[in-house]
Amino acid sequence: DIDDVGHKYYLELELEDVLDKDRTVSCTAEVLYPLGSKTSAPDVQVTVQGELRSTEEADQEFYNQMRSLEKELEAENIPDSHGNIPPELEPIHLLAWVASGFLIWQNSTENTKFHLAQVKRVKQVKRSDEDLQFDYVLLLHEMVSQEVLPWEVTVLWHPQNGARVSQS
Amino acid sequence: LQLDFWINPSAPALPVDVRIPAASVQSVKAFLESQGIEYSILIEDLQDVLDKEKQDMAESAQRQRSSSFDFGAYHTLDDINEELDHLASEYSFVEKIQIGESYEKRPLYVLKFSTGGSDRPAIWLDAGIHSREWVTQASALWIANKIASDYGTDDSITSLLDKMDLFLLPVANPDGFVYTHTSNRMWRKTRSKIPGSICVGVDPNRNWDAGFGGPGASNKPCSDSYHGPSANSEVEVKSVVDFIKNHGNFKAFLTLHSYSQLLMYPYGYKCTRPDDYAELESLGRAAANSIRSLYGTTFQVGTICKTIYQASGGSIDWSYDNGIKYSFAFELRDTGRYGFLLPANQIIPAAKETWLGLKRIMEHVRDKSS
Repeated sequence: DIDDVGHKYYLELELEDVLDKDRTVSCTAEVLYPLGSKTSAPDVQVTVQGELRSTEEADQEFYNQMRSLEKELEAENIPDSHGNIPPELEPIHLLAWVASGFLIWQNSTENTKFHLAQVKRVKQVKRSDEDLQFDYVLLLHEMVSQEVLPWEVTVLWHPQNGARVSQS
Repeated sequence: LQLDFWINPSAPALPVDVRIPAASVQSVKAFLESQGIEYSILIEDLQDVLDKEKQDMAESAQRQRSSSFDFGAYHTLDDINEELDHLASEYSFVEKIQIGESYEKRPLYVLKFSTGGSDRPAIWLDAGIHSREWVTQASALWIANKIASDYGTDDSITSLLDKMDLFLLPVANPDGFVYTHTSNRMWRKTRSKIPGSICVGVDPNRNWDAGFGGPGASNKPCSDSYHGPSANSEVEVKSVVDFIKNHGNFKAFLTLHSYSQLLMYPYGYKCTRPDDYAELESLGRAAANSIRSLYGTTFQVGTICKTIYQASGGSIDWSYDNGIKYSFAFELRDTGRYGFLLPANQIIPAAKETWLGLKRIMEHVRDKSS
């Protein structure tokens, strides 16, 4: 408890690479939830102890593929009702996870627990600059209220510059 | 070259599809490149595709012959009900009974496993009370088949059914389940009309008469945790309550949910420990260890309030407060990666590990009831 400020949590975490199960990285984090009814995102400071796997080659390949599509990518229901994800949509799904991380961070309080339930819709938007743009409708499941609600979010991505997420 | 044209050349600018024998591939590629003709490979290895197709067809034919139900896939309500009929007809000690009707008048079917006796102490197991939790209905089917087919050969199941009866409700919320297939995969509640509201449905696991209307349930009809106008207002809940009360000899009440990988006992409506805390905690831990022994899947154990959140009107709180000591709620795989949309290839592993946990609890109940 920090008087007049909020509640601070000190965490020790182990990150597991979803694409490389044997690979784990430790990190520490400090999360400060602000007091009061004003909804502002918790303050998060993270330190990663160790190295994250390089994904340069796969990133470049994905980037080139998306840039060279004749028709902009459009997809729905990832995963589908049965939990399936077509292999070619895996990167789109992973990018959705990044976007959901941003949304969850922006909307979390000490009384919420969010997970990405499904990518309802994704639409690629052609850009004149170097970025890839994807407009997503993401379904987030909130554990305490049990609500599954749609959120619109736009992701800009570039292999060297990473992801930039903004709520639509 | 022995080229086999699947789409013949017809006019310039129209594509041509051609099958090339392995021996000619290099020279054909070289020729096309030298002429500046663009090409792309549609099928790398045709023999591969043919072999796989042959295999698929053989497997399918075999499946047809043994007319078995694919427990590793998600099914519609009609298919599930068909399989319940199949199990009841194939095993003399398995009977399909109807304990009531849903709001939209669908039958609530329960499989009764009984090898004899009269009014034996009984175990209750239900799944799918929250319709979007598809791995639970699917697991319940696998478990039903497991118990039926292993009676007589598996010592534990045999001694269990020789002493006790088992009642299994695989689809506790059929209206919601159909809705997840036809309209909204994320639907959780029943499909009852709520007077005075445009919203539909009540959270059936906030509708039981245990701390009804208390913290952890919503009084707003549009909420996914709406407790309903009154306790037992939902026919899906009332039917189970009436059945269990009329039977009068249930010793255990077990219910399956997803997701989060938790094994919980009362209470949810209050954050104090039940009288039987020590025994339930110890049994819960033993069951979780059994689950983990198969694939390493870890389940957290504890009261509902401490483990997940305070939630009033829940089924195992009702059963416990009505004298059914061994009341447990399971939250199956996973922990959020796929959530409700668990891939079908995880159904059987989830069912297998969950069964080990259930079995551990049932064995304890059997030993304490004799």
